[in-house]
Amino acid sequence: MTIAVLFFIIFFILKKGLPVLSFKFLTTNPGEMGKTGGIFSTIIGTIALTVTAVLIAAPLGIGSAIYLTEYTRENWVTRVIRFGAECLAGIPSIIFGLFGFILFVTKLKFGWSILSGSLTLAFMILPTLIRTSEEAIRAVPYVYREVSYSLGSTKWQTVTKVVLPSAMPGIVTGIILSVGRSIGETASVIFTAGSALRLPTSIFSSSRTMSVHFYILAREGISMSNAYGTAAILILAILAVNLVTYAIMHRFMRKYC
Amino acid sequence: MGIIEVSDLSFFYGKFQALKNVTLSIEKQKITALIGPSGCGKTTFLRTLNRMNDLVEGACCQGQVLIDGLDIYQKGVDLLELRRKVGLVFQRPNPFPLSIFDNVTYGLRVHGVQDRDVIQERLRWSLESVRLWKELKDSLDRNALSLTGEQQQRLCIARLIAVEPEILLMDEPCSALDLFATEKIEDLMRELKKQYTIVIVTHNMQQAARVSDFTGYFLLGELVEFGETTQIFTAPTDRRTEDYITGRFG
Repeated sequence: MTIAVLFFIIFFILKKGLPVLSFKFLTTNPGEMGKTGGIFSTIIGTIALTVTAVLIAAPLGIGSAIYLTEYTRENWVTRVIRFGAECLAGIPSIIFGLFGFILFVTKLKFGWSILSGSLTLAFMILPTLIRTSEEAIRAVPYVYREVSYSLGSTKWQTVTKVVLPSAMPGIVTGIILSVGRSIGETASVIFTAGSALRLPTSIFSSSRTMSVHFYILAREGISMSNAYGTAAILILAILAVNLVTYAIMHRFMRKYC
Repeated sequence: MGIIEVSDLSFFYGKFQALKNVTLSIEKQKITALIGPSGCGKTTFLRTLNRMNDLVEGACCQGQVLIDGLDIYQKGVDLLELRRKVGLVFQRPNPFPLSIFDNVTYGLRVHGVQDRDVIQERLRWSLESVRLWKELKDSLDRNALSLTGEQQQRLCIARLIAVEPEILLMDEPCSALDLFATEKIEDLMRELKKQYTIVIVTHNMQQAARVSDFTGYFLLGELVEFGETTQIFTAPTDRRTEDYITGRFG
């Protein structure tokens, strides 16, 4: 049943979307609010937003995971951090959007920009990153740490030279999952990154992502065919991201089992 | 005086006393075997010698351990230096999931050795000491996990030797290996004792009889008897030791 629904969605989108796709569609900017032209600027916007969000969230997430696993024992502090992360994961994305709008766009005066958008996205993907990194780090056999200490390493050397490299495949999986989530995110991005169609020039310019573009095209009835074209690219991108994740997981499993 | 002098050492995991007033002296460049039934404190004792037990929560230690005349439980002891000097070989071969090269040179890197020539030379010398150089010199970037169990255990010993320890602690180093591999590791130990002091914990009494110069028998956290291996195995003075080595118990 699940598979059937999945295939139906993919098939439906691709059937409607593929005829629109062309090299030109990918490489020209939208014209007349998206009625004509391609989606080049939205692709760039999506990439910029996602990359920045991951760059902000990954060090935080991996850092928290290291702290939770290596530097503390289970106590109320770790429980509070975990509970917090779980709550963060459960908040609807529109709330994140509103929060980002109030804090980054208006209060901190970043305006509708890639910066505000990616900060907001960073908060949204943080729980996933913490969770997956933590699990990856915990999966590193304890004895590796013991060996490292027994050779006279400090804790930090053990973490950076043994634990993190061994946990890397798991951490990368988490990062890729977050990338997938960021690409598909719509509600919070409209509020924080805006929906400018121009090609973004810096992290302070407003930008429209593919999913926002799709939403606006479909909702305002500007051009259904272009909307489906965008959706097709989105689906293909997310599919690609998931396949890469799967491949990495597979290698990870082979290495340790 | 031995290279390791332990006097009146007691060790606690929380309220459980794992070692009771152990006193013994371990001689330089000899193999000392510690035997006894499971859970009798052999491994705990071994790990007090490079303070690996510090990592266990609620562990606490009384008494004195002198290594090269230095009290290692005194305040301000450089743990990293201690662990470099007193290396530990674990029960199961446990190379890092990295290349052979990275495994052997790991210790050098954490101790800040950067000179390429030094690294190359130590790499070669450590692998030669464990008789792996010829087999592996052309495949140093292979993942260490692809080696056989015996090779992995040798590699782990090489990894220790690379940081120039003085004492090698071995915690049942052959328990995960087959007979043939065990024999080869034992040969290696005889070879290594020319340079290093070896303390080995073993379940296998024959192994203790074969390789060691001195033997200590642990029972319920107590060092029941300690002496030259031939004496322990032929003329034990303590009734309990005799029971154990003749197989009446344990």
